[in-house]
This record gives sequence, structure tokens and C-alpha cells, in this order.
Amino acid sequence: MKARTIYPGKVKGVALVSREPIGFYGGIDMKTGIVIEKGHPLEGKSVKGKILVFPYGKGSTVGSYVIYGLKKNGVAPLAIINKETETIVATGVILAAIPCVDGVDIEKIKDGNIVEIDAGEKEAEVKIE
Amino acid sequence: MACIIATMYLTKEQEAMLDGEHGSIIARMMRLLVRLGDIYNAEKMIKVASVQVAGVSYKSIGDPGLEFLQDIAKEARVRVLTFLNPAGMDLEKWKEMGIDESFAKKQLAIIEAFRKMCIIISATCTPYLAGNLPHYKQHIAWSESSAVSFANSVIGARTNREGGPSALAAAITGFTPYYGLHLDENRQPDYVIEVKTELKHNSDFAAMGYYIGKAIKNKIPYFKGIKEADTDQLKALGAAAAASGAVALYHVDGITPESDKVGIDGLEKIEFGKDELKETYEMLNNGEEPDIVIFGCPHASIAEIFKIAKILEGRKAKRPFWIVTSRATKEMARKIGLEEAIEKAGGKIYADTCMVVSPIENLFKTTGVNSAKAAHYLPGFCKQKVVFNNMEALLK
Repeated sequence: MKARTIYPGKVKGVALVSREPIGFYGGIDMKTGIVIEKGHPLEGKSVKGKILVFPYGKGSTVGSYVIYGLKKNGVAPLAIINKETETIVATGVILAAIPCVDGVDIEKIKDGNIVEIDAGEKEAEVKIE
Repeated sequence: MACIIATMYLTKEQEAMLDGEHGSIIARMMRLLVRLGDIYNAEKMIKVASVQVAGVSYKSIGDPGLEFLQDIAKEARVRVLTFLNPAGMDLEKWKEMGIDESFAKKQLAIIEAFRKMCIIISATCTPYLAGNLPHYKQHIAWSESSAVSFANSVIGARTNREGGPSALAAAITGFTPYYGLHLDENRQPDYVIEVKTELKHNSDFAAMGYYIGKAIKNKIPYFKGIKEADTDQLKALGAAAAASGAVALYHVDGITPESDKVGIDGLEKIEFGKDELKETYEMLNNGEEPDIVIFGCPHASIAEIFKIAKILEGRKAKRPFWIVTSRATKEMARKIGLEEAIEKAGGKIYADTCMVVSPIENLFKTTGVNSAKAAHYLPGFCKQKVVFNNMEALLK
């Protein structure tokens, strides 16, 4: 699948998929990488080292710092795939240098799929094994 | 950060910033903005009149955030009027609030970094009530989702939902990429919300905002059927819709400034009636008896503090309560005798902070609120059970 690069990089990993948007602030614990939002489909799961797949970000504009903090604390996702990346997530991944792409039909990605991302400066390729 | 070549148009001044002629921090900030601009197909950068910076509480940004800010403060100063979001504690009365010493030390270090950057230590999520008031159609770069919503919707200023760091980058460079809600064509509504029930309390407006944000996520709603709403109610509505979804702009027929300039023909309709209101109240309630009631999410206006004092008038409140607000509003409340009235009724006014960004999980288990935004964040972020109700019911 073709995609747009939000932040470049080449990675391969296991997909953790949420069909619901994610609000990083108050949604994911910066120290552990565990989803803490009550009632969220991913509640209790860790994003660490995963290819985190979700439609788009929601909620607080402090989310960018949470993404940056996840990286500094060594519990960040390996990469992010969105349907549409909004500014909060984009700012976070640029600062944290986490590969991120959007414009992807995320319905095609299932939880646990092995996903490979090859994101150049502008265009990217997403492969599901 | 990867090396990038801007595809958008940059002036000589902006190029010089990007090339590091003004130092490495400014170059880093400009790189972030250029990257964002390129991603969202901005044709150019525009000047911003003011900035609201979020990501202030130590609880929210932690050590990674503190170090990031200290790094920036070594070199960079803001170029435009820049206000600050709430901190994790009252910057003066933190001991009385029960904040521990180690948290306070880190929080004060964060504030010091912002002070060095020449940012006004307003520590409020309602900058528009405390001296940072943009005008209609003015371009600004604000973070704090509730303030973004208020500025775009109620004032008609233009801002995207900036992340904490991208707002800071705009403050330091004076520019933001020209895309998204800065452009008129992106301010058209996506849904018509037909309001079929009377909204009396601020919490009713908040509940409706919450319901709609959840339903339409990052789209723009156009509310029909709201006969009247004061600014506190609009602030509650917008804050809730920004927290449950990512609503950065809403229109209210006959009330918000762009409502008669946008088209609603052929838009999908969503009804909000008595049943939806009731359902949302039920969804936001998971507690029984609050240990404390906290008002002021977003920060209480002087009108709200006055209303609380009026409801109690000489009586003690049923349970202890806090009001959180800006330093500016708290000082006014003190000077005109309102703070004394609140204290006599068993309440306290704290400034610079709020129930979500301060570590109240060390103090309470169940919190009563009339804010749907607070009700949304308290369970996950502060491990609280929540009682969501209107102001009168929580106090009496």
C-alpha cells in the first residue's frame, strides 16, 4: 500500500490495531507505554515496540509531549500508521523521530499482522506479511 | 531530525532561521514547522499574533518534557505574545494543596524555563479571559484543545490544534504554516446538530459537547436550536467536544460569528434530545459520593465564581470544594471579596492549575465535577471515580 510519510524510516514489526482514535495525553502512560484510557479498545495493552495503527489522534494538545516522552523512556511504538495524522501526532513523531505514515486504508491491517514500513522523505510503502 | 528540503515558499528571513543563522534551537523549531507545513501542503508561513503553549504540568510532560524545555530556554526567546497553560500546582499555595516537595521542584524548574523564554506565566487554559484575546479572523497558533475551540468558534480567530511543541515553535519563530483552519474553505461545517432539548446548566452544554465530539470525532458541527448560551456555556461545550473527539471548531446558529457565513445545505443531521442528554450523564458518572468537588475545567470565569458564591450565599456547601482558575481571576475574586465568601462556604480557590494536571490521585478517590472534559480525563489520568452533575446539585 502506498502512503504519505509523516516521519521517515524503515521498520518491521507486529501491528497493534485500534479502530478508535487514540488520545495520547491521559490515554497512554508515558512511563510504561500502557494504554490507560478507560473503556478504550486497547486499554491495558502496551504500545512499546509495536507498529501502532489507529485512524487519527484525539483529545489534548499535550499529546505531542507524551509521544516524545514515550520515546525518551524507551517505551514508544516502533512506528505509527494512521488513516489521517493530525498535527498533535505529527509534532510528536517528528520530535521523537518515530517513523509515521498516513493515508493508509487501515481496515486492511489486522491486530498481530507483521507489517513493514518503508518511509522515504515524502512517499512511503506499507507491506502486510 | 532528518535533513529536509522545504517545498513551501519561505521568505529570506525564514530561510535564514531554517539554515541556522539564528542558532541551532531556532533552526530546530523552524524545521518542525517546515516539516508540518510540507506534510499538510502549506504554500507558505504566516505571522501569528499570539501563542498559547500547552504542556506545562510536570505530571503531563515529565522529565523528557522538562529537559526539552530547558534545552530550548538556553538559547531561544519568544517573538510574539505567548501565554502558558496551567501547571501541576498552585505556584504559590502548592504546600497547602498537599503537593510534595519533589514534584514542586520539578514544576518550578519547568516554569523557570518558560520564564527564561519570556513567556507570560499566565498558567491558564482560558487565555482569552486573562489578557490574551485575539480578534476575529486573526491568525494565532494555540495549543490547549479547549482554548483552540473557543478562539476558533466563539471569537472566530484562526488556529489549528497545535501540539505543545509546535505552538512553542510558532512562539519562537513568530510563524506558523498556512494550512487547515487558517483557510476559510476549511471552516465549513460537516454535520448539522439539531438540538431538541432545553439546555439549562453548564453541565448540559458540556454533556452535549461530549456526545457530539464522540460521534463526529475531528469534524466540524453546526448546532441548530440553541436559543441562548453564555460564554461559560460555550466554553464548556467546546472543551468537552475537544476532549471526547478532536473538534477544533464549531458553529452555533445565531450565536457564533461565522454561523451566518457558512453553508449547511445537504449536510448529514444528528439529533441531540432528552434521551441523548440523559445517556451522556449516565456515561460520565461512575462514582457515588465525592470526596471533593472541583469546578473550573476549563478555568472558572469570575462569573462562575460569583454564581457559586450566590448559590451558597451564607450556607456551607454539602462537601469540600475547590475552584480552579487563572491567577488573574483569583486575584480579582480576592479583591472584591468573593474569595472570602467561597472560603466561608467551605471552598478554596486555587490558581495556576486544575484537577486534571495536578496529582490529586494522592489526595482523593472520588471527584465531583460539572465539566465533561474533566469527567473524561479524571478516571484515566488521576485514577478518580467521577460524579458528573450540575453546579447546584454538587454544592447542595
